[in-house]
Amino acid sequence: MSKPVIATASLAGCFGCHMSILDIDERILDLIELVEFNKSPVDDIKTFTKMCDVGIIEGGCCNSENVHVLKDFRKNCGILVSLGECAIMGGLPALRNGIPIKECLEEAYLHGPTIEKGNKIIPNDDELPMILDRVYPCHEIVKIDYFIPGCPPRADLIWDALVSLVKGTPMNLAYETVKYD
Amino acid sequence: MNTAITFTIDGTTCTAETGMYVIGAAQKNGIYIPSLCNMDGVAPRGSCRVCTVRINGKLMAACTTPVSEGMKIENDTEELRDLRSQIIETLFVEGNHFCPSCEKSGNCELQALAYRFKIMVPRYPYRFPVREIDASNPKLIKDHNRCILCKRCVRAIKTKDGKNLFAFKNRGHKLAIIIDPSLASSITDELAERASKVCPVGALIKKETGFAQPIGSRTYDRSPIGSTVELAATSPNAKETAL
Repeated sequence: MSKPVIATASLAGCFGCHMSILDIDERILDLIELVEFNKSPVDDIKTFTKMCDVGIIEGGCCNSENVHVLKDFRKNCGILVSLGECAIMGGLPALRNGIPIKECLEEAYLHGPTIEKGNKIIPNDDELPMILDRVYPCHEIVKIDYFIPGCPPRADLIWDALVSLVKGTPMNLAYETVKYD
Repeated sequence: MNTAITFTIDGTTCTAETGMYVIGAAQKNGIYIPSLCNMDGVAPRGSCRVCTVRINGKLMAACTTPVSEGMKIENDTEELRDLRSQIIETLFVEGNHFCPSCEKSGNCELQALAYRFKIMVPRYPYRFPVREIDASNPKLIKDHNRCILCKRCVRAIKTKDGKNLFAFKNRGHKLAIIIDPSLASSITDELAERASKVCPVGALIKKETGFAQPIGSRTYDRSPIGSTVELAATSPNAKETAL
């Protein structure tokens, strides 16, 4: 039997969840034995080259590109996992959800204390993804099958959950590892 | 006079005295009934309904129902676990609970209940309401994003001369806690500390004290909420760490 294929992506996140994946330490050698990576920042494969068994999503959706990538993952992955608070509930980027988008852009590009004089424009180019009205949890955009909470999720939790998932064994997640912070 | 009575919780025979509420009577018998708004030593309110149990077939709040002879109480059933979980999930989506940036994280009772009920994600959509933060008082920050309106601060915190520091304003979905600004300007550090401890979530935070405990040593990092009650039943010497 061929190895299960994993894909990962970071949307509106800080890459902390990916760092936490690496935090499994020497178990990363076991991981390579256990699974094969496809599209992921871990191996720098940019586009899907085959159907994947498990897609791991870090971060919520704050712009049109995030939505595009997420939908692409849904199409190309059998199981989709939200990894971390941002993917699950928007996380810190969602702190802007109560602030009108106009105010956010003006603060960031026009009125902020670090804006260079004479350089005050709100970026608006066809090449740039459109910012969304608010940050959306991934499961409000596509169907998500599993949720692994944490900021970042503990490495042990990611390991236990992923191994159970690819091996098809029951998930007995330790209390100490399931945390929201 | 209080008389001894017997009743059952999930088929286990328990004993208590009349005059106790179901939640306290259960605790005495080493059975934990989850709750958020209830506090030892403060008159019960029954506002959060997390302690909902079935008493003789009827859904009732364990914190406001006096225990009586022969009661048949259902507590840890599939149905009640799901009902309670729904309430907790509702509280999470109703406000703005950003656990990663909250000073109360790890010591938060709402979060601890979500851990106990193994909630990975709420089943309801997030509301992201616009709520105010009041940091105008010298010793306390009031963050309404996190308030669950349990009224514990209103009920439990009084100044030395018996005045209320906290009160409710408005009604319905606009209901909110207010702090008396003139009283708040002169409260002691101890009272501010107590107010932030009385708050089950991070809605009341004593200024300049955040993130004092390292991750791993906070109240609910290693053992679930309610485990002290359950532990007391198995080992009589275990000390209760009530609030």
